Amino acid sequence: MTDARDEIFARIRAALKPLEARTTLPTFDASVAIARHAQAMPDLVAAFTQALEAVHGRAFRDPTALAAWLRTKEATLGYVDPEVLAALGPAFATELTLETSFSRARVDEYHFGITRAAGAIAESGTIILDDRSTPVRLAALAPWIHIAVVPRSRIHACIPDAISALGDDANIIWCTGPSKTADVEGILIEGVHGPGEQVALIVDG
Amino acid sequence: MKREPIDQFAAEQSDERRTSVRLGSKAGHEKRTQVLHEDYADVDLLRKLAGQIKQHTLEHLDSYLEKAEEELRARGVKVHFALDAEAACQSVLDILQARGAKRLVKTKTMVSEEIELLPFLERHGVECFETDLGEFIVQLDADRPSHIVKPILHKNRREIARTFEQKGLGTYDDTPEVITRRAREFLRRKYLEADVGLSGANFVSAESGRLVLVTNEGNSRFCLAAPRCHIAVVGIEKLVPDDRSLSLFLNLLARSATGQRLSVYTEFICGARSPDAPDGPEEMHVIFLDNGRTEVLGTEYREILRCLRCGACLNVCPVYRQASGHAYRSVYPGPVGAVLSPLLAGKRFLELADLPKASTLCGACVEVCPVDIPIPDLLVRLRNRGKQEGAPSGATPSLGGFAKLASMPTAWKAALGMGKLVNHMPRAVQPGPLRAWQGERDLPAWRGGAFRSWFRKRGKKA
Repeated sequence: MTDARDEIFARIRAALKPLEARTTLPTFDASVAIARHAQAMPDLVAAFTQALEAVHGRAFRDPTALAAWLRTKEATLGYVDPEVLAALGPAFATELTLETSFSRARVDEYHFGITRAAGAIAESGTIILDDRSTPVRLAALAPWIHIAVVPRSRIHACIPDAISALGDDANIIWCTGPSKTADVEGILIEGVHGPGEQVALIVDG
Repeated sequence: MKREPIDQFAAEQSDERRTSVRLGSKAGHEKRTQVLHEDYADVDLLRKLAGQIKQHTLEHLDSYLEKAEEELRARGVKVHFALDAEAACQSVLDILQARGAKRLVKTKTMVSEEIELLPFLERHGVECFETDLGEFIVQLDADRPSHIVKPILHKNRREIARTFEQKGLGTYDDTPEVITRRAREFLRRKYLEADVGLSGANFVSAESGRLVLVTNEGNSRFCLAAPRCHIAVVGIEKLVPDDRSLSLFLNLLARSATGQRLSVYTEFICGARSPDAPDGPEEMHVIFLDNGRTEVLGTEYREILRCLRCGACLNVCPVYRQASGHAYRSVYPGPVGAVLSPLLAGKRFLELADLPKASTLCGACVEVCPVDIPIPDLLVRLRNRGKQEGAPSGATPSLGGFAKLASMPTAWKAALGMGKLVNHMPRAVQPGPLRAWQGERDLPAWRGGAFRSWFRKRGKKA
């Protein structure tokens, strides 16, 4: 193993040795990569909502409206992270069955999973999950509907801002809309292996 | 793979295939162009910047690779190095055997195709499943992907529905939604039963050791959520200097590959799950692969190692659109493949030395490349190398006769006059190449010598 490592490094050094001048790392302002539509976003909640809807996701501000929408989808059984139960309020206490531990053996029984988001990105409508906020990875992935609870103060304006705030979590995932494919004749199908509905519940805090 | 020149393969391809490939690649290119220009005032500036960052990384690869290795090890990741395909496959198998693992699910990664990992593991009794929808269909069919990003660009829904029916995934139904749901149901069990999830990486940040995975279907997340061990096989050219540059690369990659502003799932991974978390791997391995890359690094072709595998050059290429990916007889098709495949072939270079000729050198590939790789220049250099090393010229007519004729004024003048004979010659008795050329079109009337005679008369009149 060590031999292969040393050999690869020796080969790289030998390959680069004859180079007379090496390309320097260009200096650039991270804002060059910010898309035109995201250069001025006075209201991050509105911008995030708009971008999330553009990728066929949904944003709710009111838990009661979210609970009503779940009923229209006939989604009655779900997992919920115990830490966000309080934020959901009384609307979720009736008609919806909530479980606070996720059973790996019954992944296909849950209609929805409600987990905490580590943040969001307004520019792209992205929900950020990490292991600290969403240790139950399957709950945010296996049910048809994933609801991420996003505290308003955690919405980053743009991708460069979210990159600077990556932190030290070993597993971070950015989710931008429902899972999708266009493998069959380029036709868009949502809900491939992950959620077919990606929802953000934006809360104060 | 059948050894057949690209033009011959393209000519023999069914109309159904040709149409699938042409329409699919054209749509991909149009979407890419629209979203990039809608979002950025100066796309070329971004492409050149990204190209320079990658070039810089490659030219300092020893220090960046060392840094990434150090960061990953510090986070408890087991880092391995593999000189070639065989060593990489063996390395994966060793990890599986040490864990007593028998079942593997994998997300889409071109490098696993390159090292032919799945056939190797299956020979050693490991049950493997591709989980990207396109790759899954390719696996069911014992076919090969024909596009870097859209593996089944060459197939239509009817072909896929027939495969599903044959493999027992339900009765014939060619509705794309039904096909997708059936794959979802089938693969769900496989994720939950698998011992190991295997991935590649789109980028590795040297600064943090983070592997970045860019996908759309959620299969990658499943491969890293259900199994208890994660193995990533990564080409050493995937390094970028820091997290900061990722914002540029992610924006360019999604738009170039699929016309999305951001792919649905972007994962940043630099370690196993925390000990108290219920899901995710308890063990993570990264295998850095050379397999010919260091050899390319030492040559005038090193720019090709910048490639992000977005497939934009395939979509825009007039040859790819007609020929399809399989015509390139290698894992990496299209313009990038015409450069990369012969180079990675090592000693078998001459077997693929015809690929660089399968290009009109129109330059569309460099104009769409998110890292500004001068593909046409590299193609010309490779043609030269092929010539030097004695690659057979194939069907290309030699220019030797023309050169001789053009250097002898008397012979040239005579030939111009003689050419007129062709105008009066029935097609059946014309020389072979002329006859062949007229299979699809008409030969214009020969007017050789007209300029000379006009020039002579013009002098006299004045």
